[in-house]
Amino acid sequence: MFTKKKRQDSAAKRGRRHPLANVALIAIGLIATGGAYAGISSATAQTESTVVSQASVEDGEKLFQANCATCHGFNLEGSDEAPSLIGVGAAAVDFQVGTGRMPMQAHNVQAPEKPVQFTDDQISSLAEYVASVAPGPAIPEEQYLDADGDAANGAELFRINCAMCHNVAGAGGALTEGKYAPSLMGVSEAHIYEAMITAPQNMPVFNDMNLSPEDKRDIITALKFMENEVSVGGHPLSSLGPVAEGLFIWIFGLGSIIAVTVWITAKSN
Amino acid sequence: MSTATASQASASTAKKSGGFTGKAANYLDERTSISGAVKEFGRKVFPDHWSFLLGEVALFSFVVILLTGSFLTFFFQASMAEVHYDGSYVPLKGVEMSIAMASTLDISFDIRGGLLVRQMHHWAALLFVASIGLHMLRVFFTGAFRKPRELNWVIGFVLFILAMAEGFTGYSLPDDVLSGNGLRIIDGIIKGIPLVGTWISFLLFGGEFPGTAIVGRLYTLHILLLPAILVLFLALHLVFVIVHKHTQYAGPGRTEKNVVGFPILPVYAAKAGGFFFIVFGVIALIASFFTINPIWNYGPYDPSPVSAGTQPDWYIGFADGALRLVPPHWEFVLFDRTWSFNILAPLIIIGIFIVLVLIYPFIEAWITGDKREHHILDRPRNAPTRTAIGAAGVTFYAAMWAAASSDLIATHFHLTMEGVIHALQAMLILGPFVAYFITKRVCLALQKKDREIALHGFESGRIVRLPGGEFIEVHEPLDEYERWRLVSFESHAPVILRPNAEGKITNKARLRSALSRWFFEDRIAPATKKELESGHDGH
Ligand code: HEC
Ligand code: HEC
Repeated sequence: MFTKKKRQDSAAKRGRRHPLANVALIAIGLIATGGAYAGISSATAQTESTVVSQASVEDGEKLFQANCATCHGFNLEGSDEAPSLIGVGAAAVDFQVGTGRMPMQAHNVQAPEKPVQFTDDQISSLAEYVASVAPGPAIPEEQYLDADGDAANGAELFRINCAMCHNVAGAGGALTEGKYAPSLMGVSEAHIYEAMITAPQNMPVFNDMNLSPEDKRDIITALKFMENEVSVGGHPLSSLGPVAEGLFIWIFGLGSIIAVTVWITAKSN
Repeated sequence: MSTATASQASASTAKKSGGFTGKAANYLDERTSISGAVKEFGRKVFPDHWSFLLGEVALFSFVVILLTGSFLTFFFQASMAEVHYDGSYVPLKGVEMSIAMASTLDISFDIRGGLLVRQMHHWAALLFVASIGLHMLRVFFTGAFRKPRELNWVIGFVLFILAMAEGFTGYSLPDDVLSGNGLRIIDGIIKGIPLVGTWISFLLFGGEFPGTAIVGRLYTLHILLLPAILVLFLALHLVFVIVHKHTQYAGPGRTEKNVVGFPILPVYAAKAGGFFFIVFGVIALIASFFTINPIWNYGPYDPSPVSAGTQPDWYIGFADGALRLVPPHWEFVLFDRTWSFNILAPLIIIGIFIVLVLIYPFIEAWITGDKREHHILDRPRNAPTRTAIGAAGVTFYAAMWAAASSDLIATHFHLTMEGVIHALQAMLILGPFVAYFITKRVCLALQKKDREIALHGFESGRIVRLPGGEFIEVHEPLDEYERWRLVSFESHAPVILRPNAEGKITNKARLRSALSRWFFEDRIAPATKKELESGHDGH
């Protein structure tokens, strides 16, 4: 059901090949990703082409050369350090830069979130530049980001498709080798949508055949509901479930009761 | 100390004079002769020490569980028939779920006070098992399980197991994703048992997992069978406590023949009554301010979704952790059957561990050859080998327990999951030995220090220059009471290997004497009277 991305793998192996192979590979990659993507969701590919403005593409190119090219290459072709960005689309850039993951600072198992380094305008210039080089998933349309869909359906889809990595309450969870699926609380609507279509790092792609745009809207609705919901039962203890509850009862529950027992028995002396 | 010894008569309750209460008491007494029992019970003396109240915490949280649980039974429906939820929690409106889940949601959102009671019930359950655990540790480390209380240790431990069973069956009732995941693991464990596993699983679930029977069956266990057995064992436990009288720590005036403390009536009963309300209050406060098991976040169970970070309640954690700690690939096919040692190994190891804890009093009694009654508790340091064994056991348990949260440890401390698991595997195997060794050395060192202080008094920090130019530190002598606490313990000698009546030395005797040597070989004798007199020279 999930289509795992091969892009990064091929990028990682490329260091060992003949230099000309790079060009060939890029060409093949371009055609394959571009073609396949157009086949899968022509709708998103179309919307993207409408908003490209020449000025901001140039701004974006400058920003890219200054901040990203050392790793991703001057022509987006990637390097030993980082994968190629050909065909990742505006959505991937908006997600990666907009959540502060890019530019990446240190090599780690996973690019962590950090404070965002660019203004919204700069981010959209970068996104337009990357999208102008090769088509890819576009920034999602507003109509799917209003968080006003069917929360019940969204929560069910979330339990089935996302909870095994992100935890039912969206609190996040561990993957192998130090990788992790982050908490989804406080992530913007657009970034949630973009994560589903661009599949950052170890996350699988949820294209429109898996989850229709309406389904994605429902999932966003459910996540936003969880986030904004007043916790009816009291403090949620980070929504970590039984481990947090167990620690709490041992430390604070039993702890306070022991304090009382000491007090009761000390009074008599 | 303002305490009364057992020999002093306590205030008698059933006064047979005057007023309505008097008459009523008289009426009752003439028909039941209950005053004898009340007098007998009321005269029991209960010594004062905070650690003696842990069992009471367990008892009181159990009472809270019974009260809140009864309330919940009025509204909970243990049925797995499917309905479309139609309560007031919007994000689940129209979602298909079992009646069990829907009625739990109703308790949480549509029944006045329901959520508070539900949360009190769950928090009290966690506190119940936690306080039993701590109570058990107290009893273990002070040697309170020794003759004549071995059987009560066994009963107490059975109570602990029953409490866990109660907890687990309760955890599975709401039929949400978390509890379903838990049941799925249990199902997997059962199916891992060779030959009979699959049959047992089908029997339990009434067919293929999850079926439509399990919630109803667990409910019967949870509210009928297990509580009945639990109450029975609890009553036995308490009767034994009264029959045996309470243990006490060594101290002036305290011997193996008396108990120093307050009589139960009226002082102690009043205190305990107050304490009940405090425990109740703490649970109610926690339940009002802190969420527990928000099933509406988890959603209804169906076998497809599994959540990251799925854990059982803390007291089942050690079993979950044991499963996580098994290295991969411990599974092979033999005789046309799959032998899942990645499930069987933890089962066997946990089984052995439980049995060892259960029968520990008998093991220790056999090794030490100690057949006397003990009513004075050991200070943990004065039984170094037992304390070290206890520390090793706690470490072993803790490694399994921590492993149940390996994923959360990994994400919260930015570690790799594999690293955490390997570290805990090492802790599981090596930890107990390290803990044993360190604890034993620490106990012996503490004993040495006690002996030193008993003989020479405290270092006062006052340096005095003698006329000859020599500097000495003045040692303050202890008062009698303090010294008594330090020297009044017994030092045991290993069982000596002797031929039996037929003049033979059996292998059993050999084993026993070897174990006994191991148990007692390192020991520090308490300062004797003679040593005290000669050593007591003021510095
Ligand atoms: C230090 C090197 C480094 C720098 C600088 C850097 N990146 Fe990256 N970037 C990476 C690596 C490594 C990955 C792959 C992350 C992963 O999958 O673990 C990546 C991934 C990405 C992706 C996701 C690709 C995909 O396949 O979805 C995007 C988009 C991206 N970077 C954009 C940028 C932009 C835009 C900048 C400049 C603002 C930038 N990066 C700067 C190293 C870098
Ligand atoms: C195989 C596990 C996996 C599944 C399934 C999965 N994710 Fe992710 N998700 C990840 C990982 C790993 C990351 C972190 C990527 C990174 O840091 O670049 C992530 C990141 C995200 C982010 C970005 C969070 C942030 O803090 O910026 C969002 C949003 C997200 N996922 C949503 C979803 C949704 C919605 C689904 C279900 C439709 C889903 N994920 C399914 C593994 C998963």
